[in-house]
Amino acid sequence: MDQFTLNLLVVGATFVLYFGIAIWARAGSTAEFYAAGGGVHPIANGMATGADWMSAASFISMAGIIAFGGYDTSAYLMGWTGGYVLLAMLLAPYLRKFGKFTVPEFIGDRFYSGSARFIGVLCLLIISITYVIGQMSGVGVAFSRFLEVSNATGLYIGAAVVFAYAVLGGMKGITYTQVAQYIVLIIAYTIPAIFISLQLTGNPIPALGLFSNEVHTGQPLLQTLDQIVTDLGFKSYTEQSDTTLNMFLFTMSLMIGTAGLPHVIVRFFTVPKVSDARSSAGWALVFIALLYLTAPAVAAMARLNLINTFYPNGLTSAPVSMADVETKEELKWVKNWATTGLLKVTDLNGDGLIQYYNDGATALATKLADAKKAGNEAAIAEAQAAFDAKVAETAAKMAEKNPQAADWKGNELTVNNDIMVLANPEIANLPGWVIALVAAGGLAAALSTAAGLLMAISSAVSHDLIKGQLNPGISEKGELLAARISMAVAIAVATWLGLNPPGFAAQTVALAFGVAAATIFPALMMGIFSKRINAQGAIAGMLVGLIVTVVYIFLHKGWFFVADTASYSDSAPMILSIKSTSFGAVGALINFIVAFAVSKATAAPPAHVQDLVESIRIPKGAGVAQSH
Amino acid sequence: MADKSSSNAYWAANIRTIMIYLVVWFVCSFGFGILLRPMLAGIKIGGTDLGFWFAQQGSILVFLVLNFAYAARMNKLDRQYGVEE
Repeated sequence: MDQFTLNLLVVGATFVLYFGIAIWARAGSTAEFYAAGGGVHPIANGMATGADWMSAASFISMAGIIAFGGYDTSAYLMGWTGGYVLLAMLLAPYLRKFGKFTVPEFIGDRFYSGSARFIGVLCLLIISITYVIGQMSGVGVAFSRFLEVSNATGLYIGAAVVFAYAVLGGMKGITYTQVAQYIVLIIAYTIPAIFISLQLTGNPIPALGLFSNEVHTGQPLLQTLDQIVTDLGFKSYTEQSDTTLNMFLFTMSLMIGTAGLPHVIVRFFTVPKVSDARSSAGWALVFIALLYLTAPAVAAMARLNLINTFYPNGLTSAPVSMADVETKEELKWVKNWATTGLLKVTDLNGDGLIQYYNDGATALATKLADAKKAGNEAAIAEAQAAFDAKVAETAAKMAEKNPQAADWKGNELTVNNDIMVLANPEIANLPGWVIALVAAGGLAAALSTAAGLLMAISSAVSHDLIKGQLNPGISEKGELLAARISMAVAIAVATWLGLNPPGFAAQTVALAFGVAAATIFPALMMGIFSKRINAQGAIAGMLVGLIVTVVYIFLHKGWFFVADTASYSDSAPMILSIKSTSFGAVGALINFIVAFAVSKATAAPPAHVQDLVESIRIPKGAGVAQSH
Repeated sequence: MADKSSSNAYWAANIRTIMIYLVVWFVCSFGFGILLRPMLAGIKIGGTDLGFWFAQQGSILVFLVLNFAYAARMNKLDRQYGVEE
């Protein structure tokens, strides 16, 4: 059986499973549509939260980012798990006790203000829609590679699938579908990791393999990796090269951003009891940790495998040739991925071999490409000279270790972060069914997150905006219809933006975390832990947090992500060494300060609101989730 | 609804618990994984140092323990102060 048929069979089988569950669990009332009637067991809810949380970014991108970033990118591992500690202790149990369906609803009730609720909806929409775009592009990449269709077709297929089960199933369909998706994605992530860990270290548990000895050299895997990458001119894998300030703030932003993501928070509204909300956060983290403990091992091993593949006889011998890529069966993946444009091979020095190393000229290469695009001869010549000089300098330095390096004319292989996990089983020459399984897993991760996000978007629009503010008298049937229409619109918008991305998926996702950290998290936390924060304070805090964070990101990434409108760059940021992706934590701090100052200067919240705060702090008296 | 003084005492006990657990949360991630890593550089593990392990795996394991410990502790406090569901 060829690889294409195998992919089709495995992906097809998982889809039949998801649809079967969605039809079996079709929602009847609005309560079931949003919150599965409050009747989801903590373990099932934990798995579903895991699937909801682990998106294309976790499954497809994260290990690749770590593979090329090393220790500096540990922020993703700590940030995207540590947020669950904050959720469990600072938000989840109290929001469950509150007993309503949506995050803006809590903000509206606690701050007794329609405007606060509206700002909540606005933040939720910014966060969730930017996040959906990332999922849509992930689905596009996975479908286009494995079903051998164009990126656009892949995106359309993905959009149709998401539409079908999110719109028909509602939350309950999604909860049980997401349990199935979690199982598919964790198996798909773990199996190739086990194979590769066995090949490289002989240890069947990848998380332990990372700190074991490598079988060929007999020395620790990380030490081997460090040596190889530094010999090729890359930064050390285990040493810190980012500033401590930026790494600290980036980790903090991802952590509180995680705790402030509405589609994650809403999961804790669906458990039967307050105590279940606490244990659900624990179970969710168990299922998330299974992937997150494996991810750093996948990252280091993928990086080592990639380099070993291109230098099969060691760094001082000749690397793989262009002809090998064309003819050798085990290198077929290079050609396959080259057609997607996410991997590029160019024989710069014309010797027929592929030299993969850090020529130190990445920034200069970008400048050269820009100059060529602009077409100014003098500028091209100048950029070319700068690039050549840097490359020659690196080559001379590397020639001390490797005599051939003197003839190198620049790095000849570029690999996009996002393909590392998907291509990993192919690089390691694993059996065809493993490759098909990884495709199914990547799709499960992207689709489950997209579905959860669409739920959050549709409930914000139909429940908070239409029923809460525009048309309070709307019937239950009308509300469900509005929810489904807003989902369809959100899918259309996300698909369109997935085809015409305003920037790379990773950049837009950074916006989502920054906004969640700077707006939703502080508002919820202050709403629970302080009785003194009033409507004026919360509104001012959220608005200022939102504006400073978005403006800081736009100043570095370009206004609305149009690249040439940026005034600063993340390599030379505006304030100290704080990159735009790390600014959410600063935005949150500003939100806290503004909210406290404004609340202090204005009147205390009314008595019934203070009673509400009293009541959400104790578990006693929690009923099932209620509509108005 | 529980009487006011017992729910106030319950809330104070909850806040104390959260403070202690968040100190552990901070020390094992931001501390050992980032700020204090140079201090742990002497402790070698699998070709690198303990700080690297905390940043990539140890912190996650600590988070897991914290979440379940908090759930268990709060269930106990709920009963002790008579505010359980």
